[in-house]
Amino acid sequence: MPDEPIVSAEALHKRYGDTKALDGLDLAVAPGTVCGLLGPNGAGKTTAVRILATLADADSGRARVAGHDVAAEPDRVRARIGLAGQYAAVDEKLTGRGNLRMFGRLYHLPRREARRRADELLERFGLMEAADRQVQGYSGGMRRRLDLITSLILRPQVLFLDEPTTGLDPRSRGEIWDAVRGLVADGTTVLLTTQYLEEADRLADDVVVIDHGRVIAGGTPDELKASIGDRLDVALADPADAGEAAKVLARLAGAHPALEGARLTVPLARGAVRLADVVRELDRAGVTAEDVGLRRPTLDEVFLRLTGRDTEPGPGPDAGPGEPAGAGPREQKETVR
Amino acid sequence: MTAPALTARPPLPERLRWAAADGLTLVGRELSRLRQEPGELIAALIFPAVMVVLFGYVFGSAIKVPGGGNYREYLMPGLFVMVSFTSVMAVTLRVATDASRGVMDRFRSMPMARSAVPFGQAGADLIHGILALVIMAATGLIVGWHAHRGLWPTAEAFLLLLLMRHALGWAGCYLGLVVRNEQTADQFVPLVFPVTMLSNSFVPTGGMPSWLQAIADWNPVSAATAASRQLFGNPGAPTGGRDLAWPLAHPVTATLLWSLALIAVFAPLSVRTFQRRGR
Repeated sequence: MPDEPIVSAEALHKRYGDTKALDGLDLAVAPGTVCGLLGPNGAGKTTAVRILATLADADSGRARVAGHDVAAEPDRVRARIGLAGQYAAVDEKLTGRGNLRMFGRLYHLPRREARRRADELLERFGLMEAADRQVQGYSGGMRRRLDLITSLILRPQVLFLDEPTTGLDPRSRGEIWDAVRGLVADGTTVLLTTQYLEEADRLADDVVVIDHGRVIAGGTPDELKASIGDRLDVALADPADAGEAAKVLARLAGAHPALEGARLTVPLARGAVRLADVVRELDRAGVTAEDVGLRRPTLDEVFLRLTGRDTEPGPGPDAGPGEPAGAGPREQKETVR
Repeated sequence: MTAPALTARPPLPERLRWAAADGLTLVGRELSRLRQEPGELIAALIFPAVMVVLFGYVFGSAIKVPGGGNYREYLMPGLFVMVSFTSVMAVTLRVATDASRGVMDRFRSMPMARSAVPFGQAGADLIHGILALVIMAATGLIVGWHAHRGLWPTAEAFLLLLLMRHALGWAGCYLGLVVRNEQTADQFVPLVFPVTMLSNSFVPTGGMPSWLQAIADWNPVSAATAASRQLFGNPGAPTGGRDLAWPLAHPVTATLLWSLALIAVFAPLSVRTFQRRGR
């Protein structure tokens, strides 16, 4: 990393009762980048953010944010960060404008400056029309946007977003993403926790996968995908050919393909096999393939591989490991507030 | 917070100035909320007025005031105190709502004075306290209640009631920070009524069984009610003669002591709990 990290953590430990929330977490985020903190529920993402945002103290380990130690100089850190949470942490009884003005005052802006900044943010993030309505009448997406811009009042150097789009519909999610991209263009560093791999894929320069309070992998989304290789997918016309086709693929790829319905999937080292060879060999074995495709793995697959579980079991406790990645969870979490 | 934090802090006068400014901003927040929800404000103000009329005429039709006098004159000090006691729940609910919605976390993530949040919450409640006293006094005047002892004792009575309310607001603030959940906080609401009823607010304690009378006499509600009766010059004010429990013999002092004790206990607890949560 060329620059000194603007967010760094060394060996953070945090225990809640018998639960180890963080078990030696290390982290380094370069200035001006988006770092996606990815992990299943209970992996320690939120605990990490709470410690970095000075809401909680680590049991041991060190963390620095924007040049200051979070435990020793929490007020200096607080003056340089913004935090937007899973919940819309604004006063529902006040108007959007009223919230921004109040929080502006609490950030110790002079009255006039607090008003000006409120209007500026409402304008920029498209909330001007709703500015004088009570927040309790806002849609879920509008609340999140207000929550987000409330954390921008002081133009923070580092913005912590704890699952900023959980529970939002795809359009609102897109709006939040656009807002975040705009901030990064202005030079803000963003640390984002998310359960949505797509979110990390679209927004993050670097992804850190954590599980059981520890980092288990890290890198750019592309690096992570490359780390588990490409995938060869073959859709069979007749499921009865599966045995024959599996033999062919195993010989070509040097690994046992997984069968699901009439579809065979096998991991491949990059550039190991040419698609034309696959088609020809299958044909020679008398197997009719409806579709043969070479594709990059999704982050979901990376995640599944790394953690041995799906990203998010969803609200139901029965949706456990082994559920196909990318299928259920996203839809299940789509609860509209 | 660990010791090195002290080195990074601005000097004390500046911190105090910010604490006061932040506290005032939070009091201002309460005013903005009331402006946004005039309906809620009206409902909150109608409640004490209805209590005056309801208790004054329902109980008043049957209860004889010891030593004679108008029951509504006897009742008003009790109602002033009772309504002040409901502030515990109001503050608990507001604080718990902030805690459960994440507003408290936002406050904690900001470079604002740590003590400002509990101070602001307890301070904001005084707005409600003043409004409630005004509306009740007005209703009381209509139904025949009067303060008989002139300006200063009357002012003293109202200030004492506000102090008591503020002290109870601190207890409510602490409770709200501990329960952190509006639903749980909601369930405490019915508990306030037995506490206020078990006193001399509505009926003289003389007729209660002796063990119950002892509880009622030492209830801060009774002391505050007796103090108000004394300062307003309303009937039922304790007079020497019979063996009075100490708080009733010295009601103003007792109310002051109760209030200061509540603040001494719950103000530091609230500030500490606000700072410590999640740590």
